[in-house]
Amino acid sequence: MKLPTNVLNIDLTRRQYSVEDRADLFQYYIGGTGVATNLLRENCPKGADPLGPDNPIIFAVGPLVGLYPLASKTVSMFKSPLTGNLGESHAGGRSAISIRLAGYGAIVIRGASESPIYLSIKDTGVEFKDASGIWGIASSVTTGRVVRELETGAGTRTIMRIGSAGENLVRYAMVTTETYRHFGRLGLGAVFGSKKLKALAICGEMGLEVESRKEYRKAYDDIYRRAVESPLMRKYHDIGTSVNIMPLNLLKGLPTRNLTSVSSADAMNISGEHLAEEYLGRRVACAHCPVACIHIAGLREPYENEPYFYKTTMIAYDYELLYSLGSMLGVFDEKGLLRLIDSVEIWGLDAMSTGVVLAWATEAMEKGLITEVETLGLNLKWGDFDTYSKAVEQIVKQRNEFYVNIARGVEYASKIYGGEDFALAFGGNEMPGYHTGPVTHIGSLTGARHSHLDAAGYSIDQAALKGKLPDPKEAAARLLKEEVWRQILSSLVVCFFARNIYDKDTILKTLETAGHTVAPDRLYGLGLEILREKNQFKLEHGFDASALRIPKRILETDSPHGKVRESYLKEAVDEFYRLLASDQDPEKF
Amino acid sequence: MARLVVMDADRCVGCQLCMFACNRRFGEGGLEKAALKVKSTGGFERGFVVVVCRACPDPPCLKVCPVDALDYRKGGGVILNVNKCIGCGRCVDACPVNAVFWDKNANKPDICVHCGYCVSYCPYDVLAMKEVEPFEVAN
Repeated sequence: MKLPTNVLNIDLTRRQYSVEDRADLFQYYIGGTGVATNLLRENCPKGADPLGPDNPIIFAVGPLVGLYPLASKTVSMFKSPLTGNLGESHAGGRSAISIRLAGYGAIVIRGASESPIYLSIKDTGVEFKDASGIWGIASSVTTGRVVRELETGAGTRTIMRIGSAGENLVRYAMVTTETYRHFGRLGLGAVFGSKKLKALAICGEMGLEVESRKEYRKAYDDIYRRAVESPLMRKYHDIGTSVNIMPLNLLKGLPTRNLTSVSSADAMNISGEHLAEEYLGRRVACAHCPVACIHIAGLREPYENEPYFYKTTMIAYDYELLYSLGSMLGVFDEKGLLRLIDSVEIWGLDAMSTGVVLAWATEAMEKGLITEVETLGLNLKWGDFDTYSKAVEQIVKQRNEFYVNIARGVEYASKIYGGEDFALAFGGNEMPGYHTGPVTHIGSLTGARHSHLDAAGYSIDQAALKGKLPDPKEAAARLLKEEVWRQILSSLVVCFFARNIYDKDTILKTLETAGHTVAPDRLYGLGLEILREKNQFKLEHGFDASALRIPKRILETDSPHGKVRESYLKEAVDEFYRLLASDQDPEKF
Repeated sequence: MARLVVMDADRCVGCQLCMFACNRRFGEGGLEKAALKVKSTGGFERGFVVVVCRACPDPPCLKVCPVDALDYRKGGGVILNVNKCIGCGRCVDACPVNAVFWDKNANKPDICVHCGYCVSYCPYDVLAMKEVEPFEVAN
């Protein structure tokens, strides 16, 4: 067996599993997002309740996983309980390697368990294990520690788990893997919770055959050399993604205080440079990735009233967390911010959605749309990280109607309490940390998962600062072309940080050694096909591009390109969907 | 003759490129034949342990082999004669640092031969090939 073609089907209701060879899917769609999209369409009926047993959880890896460096990502797909539509979230850690080296190309989890359960998955099969003694452990970190002791395979396993947020069905709860990596966006944690699935432990260490040993080693060495010599990779190793705080602040594109502002004189406090200098305690990597972009701060704090008694907490930080829980909430005290990041991590919430929800709530409170009656006595104020930490706990515990409502996301909450103009979500997904110009927001509107990762519009905005902003039609074409190409990268599955290393020739060469033949001129066409299938899924589940809401706030606050014009956004969105449906060769977009 | 040593496990980022390199000596992907292991010290928050053969001067693995399939390697460590090996696994149990691994497919141990192939794929200088005096304790 060269390609990963086995699909592990798990039925939580009946506690049964089976393995099916789906060479048909893997031959055609390569793996990852291409295969997962099709498995989602096969397994998720129209009208499925995202928190019902009909909603499947799909995990898929690809043919480069376990063979080549930087191919360490797992694609998860599901119907999102946050948006009520396509859910897709990627994570690294050891997840992808463990799935593939346990002998699987994809895992499909269906049904729901009546009582709490966790799954132990190996090359020998699946064990359904009682998790009633683990259910209710609030912290995703503690859950990881318990499952680590229960399971074998240290070093070659992944342990995916949820915290209280997932159990309590917060619509933007995440799934954590290897303590610091996450299937963060769109609420996979709540889907786990709805199935009473507390954790998945997957262990694998098998060998993988290749077409030609000599060619494999040659292609490997070429990628390895380019990876360790690449300046981009260096950037992510040295400071990490948080290196972006200062440039965005300087450009005046860093969303601050619910995007009432775009920069702060205090941004340096939460910058990657400052955190690295004062707090960086460790850097870690996903399995089979030399970059080690994961930056972990060591926060040493005294216990009150106990002289010489300290605790040191290791807290992972990335750009998006520093934005959403930092600048977006006006939290520029780095210690307070790290504590807030830690509490979001422990409860198991998506940091980006949580930050944007709290930012909206703070402004709603300022404007009198909500009061301390709703917040159960919490006076939300910019920069007040202690109160925000308490609010995070309330979102998880949902002790009154207000917290139940904001646990459904900012789109939902603002429909009830008002303040839609400053409810910063696109397609129901809370916004990423870029107000770089119009193109980033078009990308959030048109992206299949309404994520900055779909097409990285912010980089088009930033590049255009040196020249001229593309017209709306050209912006749409460039976004679509990028999103099409990213379908290929996430079918292999390689990390988007490695997109410059995995160019077309490298992809063709590595696929060949992995035993997958794909015609060179087919890649863009295939990417487009996958994207269209995602769009088809969305349409079948009620998506209407003409109903996409543009939050007024993004039109009011100046970007580095000045005011973002609504007409520009609308023209680009229309053009994007026109092109997506057209016969035009995507490579020539 | 030089042998593999762990220079500084605190520099390890847990990327496991050394394990993949070890396996790739045989021209394959995956980890079936890897003869060293990087695992967390109880969660990624606490850093990593790099488990490699420490080339004991009086190797327990060699002593317990019932068919003399293991022989002394010049410079430290042992060499496996796969033709003699019966796959009993006693060497795995005998190693106090758990540095003898198992190839389930071949039903034979994976034992480090101190070739140093992994060293060139460690981007953070955790591993090195070094001459070590027989009784010098390496990290």
